[in-house]
Amino acid sequence: MSTDVRLTTDDGIVHEGDQSISEALSAYGNKIRGGELGSLPAFLGLIVLVVIFGALKGDVFLTSFNFANLLTQSSMVIVLAMGLVFVLLLGEIDLSAGFGAGTSAAVLAVALTQKGLPWYVAILAALATGALIGLFIGILVARLGIPSFVVTLAMFLGLQGLMLLIIGDGGTIAVKDPVILAIENNNLSIVAGWVLFAIVVLGYALTSGRRILQRRSQGLTTQSNSLWLSKVIGIAVLYGAFTWQFSKERSLNPQATSIKGVPYIVPLILVLLVVLTFVLSRTAFGRHIYAVGGNAEAARRAGINVQGIRIACFVICQVLAAVAGILFASRDNSVSPSTGGSTTLLYAVGAAVIGGTSLFGGRGRVWDAVIGGLVVGIIGNGLPLITQQAGIQFIVTGLVLLVAASVDALSRRRSAASGRA
Amino acid sequence: MTSNSGSGEKPSTPLLSLRGVHKSFGAVNVLRDVNLDVWAGQVTALVGDNGAGKSTLIKGIAGIYPFDSGEVAFDGEPVKITGPRQSNALGIEVVYQDLALCDNLDVVHNMYLGRELKSGVSLDETTMEQRARETLDGLSVRTLKSVRQVVASLSGGQRQTVAIARAVLWNSRLVILDEPTAALGVAQTEQVLNLVRRLADNGLAVILISHNMNDVMQVADNIAALYLGNMAAQVSKSSVNHQQVVELITTGRSGDLGLQQAVAL
Repeated sequence: MSTDVRLTTDDGIVHEGDQSISEALSAYGNKIRGGELGSLPAFLGLIVLVVIFGALKGDVFLTSFNFANLLTQSSMVIVLAMGLVFVLLLGEIDLSAGFGAGTSAAVLAVALTQKGLPWYVAILAALATGALIGLFIGILVARLGIPSFVVTLAMFLGLQGLMLLIIGDGGTIAVKDPVILAIENNNLSIVAGWVLFAIVVLGYALTSGRRILQRRSQGLTTQSNSLWLSKVIGIAVLYGAFTWQFSKERSLNPQATSIKGVPYIVPLILVLLVVLTFVLSRTAFGRHIYAVGGNAEAARRAGINVQGIRIACFVICQVLAAVAGILFASRDNSVSPSTGGSTTLLYAVGAAVIGGTSLFGGRGRVWDAVIGGLVVGIIGNGLPLITQQAGIQFIVTGLVLLVAASVDALSRRRSAASGRA
Repeated sequence: MTSNSGSGEKPSTPLLSLRGVHKSFGAVNVLRDVNLDVWAGQVTALVGDNGAGKSTLIKGIAGIYPFDSGEVAFDGEPVKITGPRQSNALGIEVVYQDLALCDNLDVVHNMYLGRELKSGVSLDETTMEQRARETLDGLSVRTLKSVRQVVASLSGGQRQTVAIARAVLWNSRLVILDEPTAALGVAQTEQVLNLVRRLADNGLAVILISHNMNDVMQVADNIAALYLGNMAAQVSKSSVNHQQVVELITTGRSGDLGLQQAVAL
C-alpha cells in the first residue's frame, strides 16, 4: 500500500490507500446508480438469453459445437460494430458500413478469382477499398458539413450499386482460397489455444500490474494488490474454462471429421479488441475522439484538428467494415450481391448500442461491440432453435434493439440528473 | 483623452501594455485609441457596458481578432500578436464564459485537452494526473474530490475552477477571465473570486471582465473602464468608489476622471 495518497469517497470521508475489492464494488455500484451502466445490461441480457435457450433447447444450444458456431456467426457483426463505435463516439452514424463490407468483399473476391492475385494482396486491396470509401464519406461529412445520416444513406445505395458492378453478371463469386476460408472455418491447434491462453492472462496481468506500480511510485491512488490479483484470477478461470471446453472434440460425427481447438476468429477478435481499445483509451488520438464527441467546440478551441478526427473515424469504420467483409467471404465461401446487406448494418449498430455505446456521442468502448455482438449473435443462433417462424425472429430482434436504445436514452437522462452524463 | 495611472506602488514595467489600439469591423469603430496596462501580481478589472468593446479588446490580446493598429508591449518588449498561437507562446491564456470543457472527460483530461503529455505513443496519465493535482493544490483548490471525476458531475463553480486551473497549467503569465462568476451562486462566486485573488498573489497578471461591481470592488487592484470603444479611465481601485465606477461605465466620465469631452457616437 502506498502512503500519502488522498482518496475521497462519495460520502466525503477522506481515507488513505489503494482501492480494495469492496471499495471497487461500491464504486461500481455508485456508477450504476448514477446511470453509467456500461456493458452491464448487455452482460445481464447475455446470461438471461443463455438461460432461456439452455432451458428450452439445451441439448442443441448448450453444446460447444453450437457455441463455436455462435462465435463465428457473431464475428462479422462484432467487427462491424467495432468500427461503428468510432463513428458513434462522434455522435455520427455510418449507414453504409454493411454495404461497405460487401463492396470490399467483392473487391477481395474479384482479386482472388478473376485477377488470380495471392490472398494477402487481395486482403490489402479489400482494406484499401474500405479506407477509400471511409475517406470519401469523411471528407463529405467533415469538410462539407453534410449530415452523416444523409451522406451514408446515399452511400448505402451507391455502394450497393458499386458492388453489383464489381461482382458483374455472374451474381455470385465463389471464394476458394484456403487462407481466406480458414479464417472463419478452421481452429487453432490445442497447443496454440493454450499458448493464446497464456498470452491473454500474462498480457493482462503484466500490463495492468505495470500500470499499478507506475501509479503507486508516483503516489497516486490505484487498485490494491488483492483487487488486481482477483481480476487476473477471474480472467484466467473464465478464459481457461473457455479454452478447455474448445480443446475437446466437438464434432457431431467424430469418426468422419474431427473438430477441436479455439476458432481462429477468437485471436483475431482479441487482437482487434486490444489494439483498438489501446487506441481509444491510451493515445492522444483516442482522447481527441472522445473530446470531439463530447464537445466539438471545446475540442476545436483546444487546438484539436476536429475535421481530421472526423475523417479518421469514418476511415477506421470502413476499414473495419472491410475486415468484416473478408469474414463474410470466408464464412459464406462466396460473395454475392446480398453480402453485407439485409439486416447486417442494423444488427451491428444494435450490437454497439446494446453493448453500451451511446447514439448521442462521447460514450462507448470497443468492448461494447464484442458483448453487444454476442447478444445479437445469441438471438440469431438460439431463436431458430425455438421457432421456425422468421416473423417472430424479426420481431424479437427488433424488441431487443428497442430495449437497448431505451436503456441508452434512460441512462442518459439518469446520468444527466445525477450529473454524470 | 486622459488616463489616470493610479497609485505609485505598482512594479515599474507593466507585463502587458497597449498604446493607441484601434480595431474596426467594416465601418464600425469598435476600439478607438485604447490604452491599457496590466501588471503582474495584480487583478485588472475590465468593465464597461454591453457593446463597450470588452470582448473585442480581449480577443485582440488573445490574437483571435488582431488589432488594426496600435502598439502592444509584453514584458517591456514590443510584440505583434497576430494569432492565438503567438499569444499562447507569450503565456497569455483566456478562460471564456462558456468554459469549453468536455463533459464526458474527467478533470485531468480536460486540463490537458489538446496538449496531452505522452510517453512514446501512449498518454502519460500518471504525470498528467500528478501535475493537475499539483496545480490545483497550488491554487489551494479544496473543492474537488477527485481529479478523475468527469466534468459533468461538477458544479458551476468547480467547472470554473477547472477552466482556470487549465489556464494556469501552462506556465502562463497573463490569465484573462471572461465573466467567471456570471452563472454562479453566492458561495461559488466567493470561491471563484478567492481563486482569482490567489492567481494574482501567485504572481500572475489577471484581467477580469465583469459586470458585477461587487466582484470588481472585492478583488480588483485597478479598474479599466471602457465606454463606447474608448478607454474612459484606468484607475487604482483605492482611488475610486463604487459610484464613480458606475458613472465611468455609464457616461464615460466621473468628475475629473474619464473622457473630458463628449464622445461622438
